Amino acid sequence: MSISVKNLNYVYNPGMPGETVALSDVSFDVADGTILGIIGHTGSGKSTLLQHLNGLIKPTSGEVYIDGECITDGKTKMTDIRRKVGLVFQYPEYQLFEETVRKDVAFGPKNLGLDEEEQEERVRKAIGLVGLDYEEIKDLSPFELSGGMKRRVAIAGVIAMDPKILILDEPTAGLDPSAHKEILAMVRRIHDEMGIILIFVSHNMADIAKMSDRVMVMSGGKVALEGTPAEVFSQGSRLAEMGLGVPPAREIAELIKSKAPGFESEALTADEAAGDIRKYMEETRG
Amino acid sequence: MIRDITLGQYYPGDSWVHRLDARTKIIATMLYLIELFVVNNFYGFLITAAALFAVIAISKVPLKFIFRGLTAVFLIIAFTFLLNLFMVDGKVLWHWKFLTITYEGLSRAFFMAIRLVLIIIGSSIMTLTTKPVELTDGLEKLLSPFSKIGLPSHEIALMMTIALRFIPTLMEETDKIIKAQQARGADFESGNLFQRAKSLIPILVPLFVSSFRIAQDLALAMEARCYHGGGGRTRMNEIRFERADALAAVLMVLFLAIIIASRFIG
Repeated sequence: MSISVKNLNYVYNPGMPGETVALSDVSFDVADGTILGIIGHTGSGKSTLLQHLNGLIKPTSGEVYIDGECITDGKTKMTDIRRKVGLVFQYPEYQLFEETVRKDVAFGPKNLGLDEEEQEERVRKAIGLVGLDYEEIKDLSPFELSGGMKRRVAIAGVIAMDPKILILDEPTAGLDPSAHKEILAMVRRIHDEMGIILIFVSHNMADIAKMSDRVMVMSGGKVALEGTPAEVFSQGSRLAEMGLGVPPAREIAELIKSKAPGFESEALTADEAAGDIRKYMEETRG
Repeated sequence: MIRDITLGQYYPGDSWVHRLDARTKIIATMLYLIELFVVNNFYGFLITAAALFAVIAISKVPLKFIFRGLTAVFLIIAFTFLLNLFMVDGKVLWHWKFLTITYEGLSRAFFMAIRLVLIIIGSSIMTLTTKPVELTDGLEKLLSPFSKIGLPSHEIALMMTIALRFIPTLMEETDKIIKAQQARGADFESGNLFQRAKSLIPILVPLFVSSFRIAQDLALAMEARCYHGGGGRTRMNEIRFERADALAAVLMVLFLAIIIASRFIG
């Protein structure tokens, strides 16, 4: 499985007073098994880009290839794309509607035309993957659950379609710290167990640094930077220009560098920073 | 698709029409609507259309924008036209099986269609040139004499303001929900009428839940600002009649007189 986006352009309301260019000449590739983190200022075109990847928006020009197959030529069946590419929107819990959790999660598989038995199987697996107890939760109303649980159920609803590519738009937005941590761990687990491409948008640089294999920075509808987390976060000043930052661990490392001569660190996560500080302390003491 | 509906939308501008008192525009629009039913021949419509286009020209709202509002109600106009075309008895012009077109039917059909078009364009000029808030403020002022006999004019105006304010919000919400369900393979386009109606449930339930959430947040925000109903409230922008409003009133009376006179032409 791979994604390839070529020269994608998208204009909202072409020819109208509110004409806005949302994407301009966006090109990138995602290899199988990758976790791609996307960062960018509000209105940088992230959400528009994500919706192109499963055919919800048709590009003004340019192509999107999923697994080598062009999905933007108008010939591909949309259900086939949505089976392959699962998209979880921001605040997905607002899209729950069924009477029970089981029925809600089964909505996707049902739309794919699977039989009852297979639906049940998918639902059970998906609820397990998001870290909930199927037997305990299946007959509850989704509206009775806590915020974090609702979000898991909503994510399970997309996972139950067994996508090969999973896209999450700010999966941790508006959650308390413990739910935030749990959702991140869950996303990681889903990626590892399902062996899929995972794309996620976040404003939390620490999350991006910790989770991603590759990072893409969007700015003004364009891909501003792309590379490994180390490559992208080494461009601190460029990120600051775009109203973005570096992970807190990196910020602290930079601060120590400026005050303590001889301290070297390219840390992105708290663990790495702690390691570098310890090393430095041992060196200076010895 | 839902974004194409311009009916009830505001077109920002600073023309003479935009600056008129909302009350003037509401009363003028009401008189205009009554006027359309006073007209009994095509000359009247010709005069009305001329006056209407003069107002549009002054308001500087692009014609394209005004006609886009018409496309939303095109079906109603077409339906009225056809119904009148085939249902009126008189001198037969054309006949095929059970379908008959008469001279009277043809003239009646055009008459009704033109009247509908003029109604829609006329009333959309009011909403296109008046901010929703001004509109409801004007309405509240107009209704306030009736509050003595128990009409909750402030509350009515507030309800309208809120409804107008949240139309775009709910449209955005609907758009989001539709996309989210489509991402889960929902299909809203195929199947028979019953299946299609059923396929709306995944949209309507979350939309209702969202509306209640929004309503609750709004109520809290209003209470936090000590809102306690209409009694003793003052406003930031008092609306008052200007000389332009007097001029508009004179023009309106003149226009009505001409229209009444036009009844006797031909």
